Formats: sequence, C-alpha cells, structure tokens
Amino acid sequence: MSVLIYTDSNSGTLTKNAFEAANYGALIAKKEGITATAIVVGNTNDIASLGNYGIANALHCNDASLSNFDPQKIAQVIIQAAKKINATTIVLAHDYSGKAVAPILAAKLDAGLVSGAIALPEGNTVKKAVFSGKAFANVEVKTPIKIISVLPNSVDKAITNGNCAVENFSCEITSTRLTVKEVKKASNELSLTEADIVVSAGRGLKGPENWGMIEELAKELGAATACSRPVADIGWRPHHEHVGQTGLAIRPNLYFAIGISGAIQHLAGVNGSKVIVVINTDPEAPFFKAADYGIVGDAFQVVPKLIEAVKKIKA
Amino acid sequence: MKIIVCISKAPDTTSKIAFKDNNSQFDEAGVQFIVNPYDEWYALVRALELKEANGGNVTVLNVGGAENDAIIRKALAIGADDAVRIDAQTADALYVAKQIAGYVKANGADMILLGKETIDYNGSQVGGMVAALLDVPYVSLASKLTMSGTTATIEREIEGGVEIIETSLPFVLSAAKGMAEARIPNMRGIMAARTKPLNVVPAFEATNSTEIKSFLLPAAKTGCKYVDADNVEELVNLLRNEAKAI
Repeated sequence: MSVLIYTDSNSGTLTKNAFEAANYGALIAKKEGITATAIVVGNTNDIASLGNYGIANALHCNDASLSNFDPQKIAQVIIQAAKKINATTIVLAHDYSGKAVAPILAAKLDAGLVSGAIALPEGNTVKKAVFSGKAFANVEVKTPIKIISVLPNSVDKAITNGNCAVENFSCEITSTRLTVKEVKKASNELSLTEADIVVSAGRGLKGPENWGMIEELAKELGAATACSRPVADIGWRPHHEHVGQTGLAIRPNLYFAIGISGAIQHLAGVNGSKVIVVINTDPEAPFFKAADYGIVGDAFQVVPKLIEAVKKIKA
Repeated sequence: MKIIVCISKAPDTTSKIAFKDNNSQFDEAGVQFIVNPYDEWYALVRALELKEANGGNVTVLNVGGAENDAIIRKALAIGADDAVRIDAQTADALYVAKQIAGYVKANGADMILLGKETIDYNGSQVGGMVAALLDVPYVSLASKLTMSGTTATIEREIEGGVEIIETSLPFVLSAAKGMAEARIPNMRGIMAARTKPLNVVPAFEATNSTEIKSFLLPAAKTGCKYVDADNVEELVNLLRNEAKAI
C-alpha cells in the first residue's frame, strides 16, 4: 500500500498545483502510515524541491516522447509507476492536466475517481464541491484503488524541510494519434486558478476602456484579473477571464468584485474564495451577502483611491 | 460523418440547491432541468456546425430514465438528427462512461463530443473515461475544432496557455467556451423534434465505483463588514491586519 502523486510541470518546473497535490498525497500517507512517491514526466529541473512538501521519493520518467502534453501517454506512465510501488491511492491536481489524465486513469484501472477534492479523505470518503460550488458532497470510493484530484487552493500546505530522492524511471510508452502542433503560452500573465489574489470587474465598469484601473490595482496587488460573464459575452474582456458557474471556478485567498451584482451563477464560481471584497454602487447588490468586506460606492472613485492605499502599504 | 454528442441533465443555473432525506438526496422539488450548458452550447452546436459544413449525422446520447426525454427533445429541437437514451439510472461517472462506451462499441461513431463538465457534479470525468474505454485520443477543454477530411485541428486549454493539436478520427473531445455560440431552438425545430427518432436502448452491465454518502451546504458568511467609500485606507488596513490577505 502506498500513495502515488502525479506532479505536473510547466516549462521545466513543477507547478503550484503540483506542490499542492504532493502535499495532499504526503498528508494522506502520513495519516495512513504508508509511503508517498511522486511521479514526474518530461524535462523538470526542481523535482528535489518536493522534499519540502513531505515527499521523500520521486520517480522521473524523462522519455523524449513526453515533451508535449498527451494525457494518454501520461496515464501509461502513471499506471506503470502505480504498479511498481503498489499504489492504492493516486493523487493529481484538478487542473487542466489533471482533468485530462485522471479520468483516463480511472477507466484503465477500473478505479473510483473523486475529482475536485477539497479536504483529506476520511477513510474511503472524500469531500468535494458540487453544484458548481453551491454545495459539497462526501463521496465514498468503493474500489481497491482510489484516485483523487485535488482542487487548487483548497488544502493548506504543511511545509517541511526534507529531501527527495529522485530515481530515473523508464517505462514503455506506446504512441498515440495525437500531435501537438503549436503551444501558445500566455505572456507572463498570472494563471487565474493559481492566483492568490484576483481582481474581478463587471458591467458596472461601463466599458472595456475603463479596465486600466482594474489592471493597475491587480498589478499593485500581484493579482490576476477576472470578469463576470456578461462582460466576456459582450467582448469587453477575453473569455478566459470569465469566472462563474459556466466559466472558471476559482478559490483565491482574496477576491475583489468590482461592479458585479453577484448573480447566483457568478457566486457559484467564486464562493470558495477565503476573503471576498465587494465594491458596488447598489447597496442592495446580492454580492454583499456573500462578502466579508464591502464598500458601497462608485468604482470610478473608490478604485483609484484603493490603488493609492495599496501602493502606500506596500511601500 | 457520424457524430455522437453526449448530453447530461442538470439543474438550471439559477436553481437554489437543497437536499432531503437527511442530506442524502438532491431535492428536485421546484427545480427546472436543462441540458447541461457545456454539452448544449458548445458540444452540440459545434457538432451541428460541422454537419452543416461537411454533411453527416448528429446523434444525441443520454444515459438516464424516461424523465430525461424532455431535455433530449430540446437537443433535437436545436437540430440533432436523432437521439438515443440508454435506459439506466446513473450511478457515477465511470458507470455512465461504460454505458456510452458500450453503445459506441456496438454502433460506431467517428467523433464523440461532450461538455467539459456538468454543472451539477462538476466531475470532468466522463469524456476521458469514454476515450480510455474505447482506446481513442481524448482532447479535453477544447475551445476550437476544425475538420479537414478525417484530420481534426483542435485548440485546447493547458496550464498557462493554449495548445494547437492534431488528431484523426475517431476521438473524444470535451468542449469549453469558445467552441461555438449557443443556439435557441426555433418553432420549426421544436415541431420537428416531436417526430425525430428517440431510441431507448437497455443498459449495459456495469457497477458504480463511487457513491455519494451525503451532501452539505457551505457555511453562510457571518456578515459583511462595511467600510466607508471615503475611507478606502481602512479597507486596506483590514485586509492586511485583520484578514491577513495582502
């Protein structure tokens, strides 16, 4: 019995979500008194740093055929690694990569998958968000192997100072019918699902030309920018910024909602945020009911002041 | 080209979520059900666009009981040619995936499209499972799909960007925003949907691998602390010293 964690890397370094998954897997192993091993694929330079998240052993499969993201191939590697260490729990992050890989693993291993876990398992039962963040469910896994994908920003990290031994792991990889033609990385933009702070704005801003102050506030806070659905639909902001029930679900530590009324669909995508700040001219805006801090006021007056106040405190 | 679009039934996005029987069951009272938006807006509409451009047939596939027929008719009204309902009570994602894979193995398909997740259980599981059970490529979170002969060029979201990939038929694709624009069924479509074939087939043998034991609702916020619009510095102080968020 052991825990295997798939830790994904991006441009040669492990992702924040990967460290969170590693930490989650290490905590399960500790609780159950078994070992936790990470599996890393492709060119990755900082595998040893997994030691800081409770992982003492990592398998590294740096096969040339894994240089591009192919979930079918990654699933093959994970299955072979799981066999090698007799894994009974497999952990991944519930991010773009995990969403592609985890279901393939589950079908191939005929194993139960809980996706988007927000807490450590209690026995075979795992808590996850359902109804797009409007509720939670306790899901029991009934198979000998359980697969869990962890929702980003949902389980606190327990940082340790340990070492992680990296072992080269060679495995059989059969080719697939998928070829990557081009990879377009977003330019230095902070990924919305990984951001600790998100500054989001809605129709209250009246037009795309007014987003300068939102971007400036985000920059001062080291935050990512987001928007409500109507704003993405009318083309004021790109679709990938849309958060809410039918957009991205995010769980930052701090979420600013500026000129967003707080429709139930929007709240569903952001109510996992730890602290919510609402700025709205309408004191009756439903968002205030979900807020921790609120300012009833005009964004065009409040936000510039907020930028100055943040600058001051950061100085 | 034979396209299968898997559709799931989901509560309308404005639904208030409540549970019954000691929080073990979703309370459907007063809830209006819709086609899961990602399945309808993106997967189904893109399938119809491909058919309109290149010919072929679009079948919507649902796993569920007769109570799902209303949403299946909606998908037919939007423009699918025919529908299949696998008569099974859905148990979990792997169970549903085995139903879909069982049907496709028996009947064939060039392309299987579905939404990136359902808005009720938010699993993002069925598509990848179907692909694995059929041993065909899985392209998740796709925002663009074009066909040239039997070659598909697909844009998909990856960590920190997008990727353009190529694959050949058959494959499974989960559709995200950008794939297509939602269509509203017109009267002609609604009338036509009444007579389009909706074939009910028996369930395939399968067991579920997970089970929901209980539901719970998030704890309500304890109340919003208001800061005066003229005293923005106070908000920043609170965020730093009380919430410790900046």
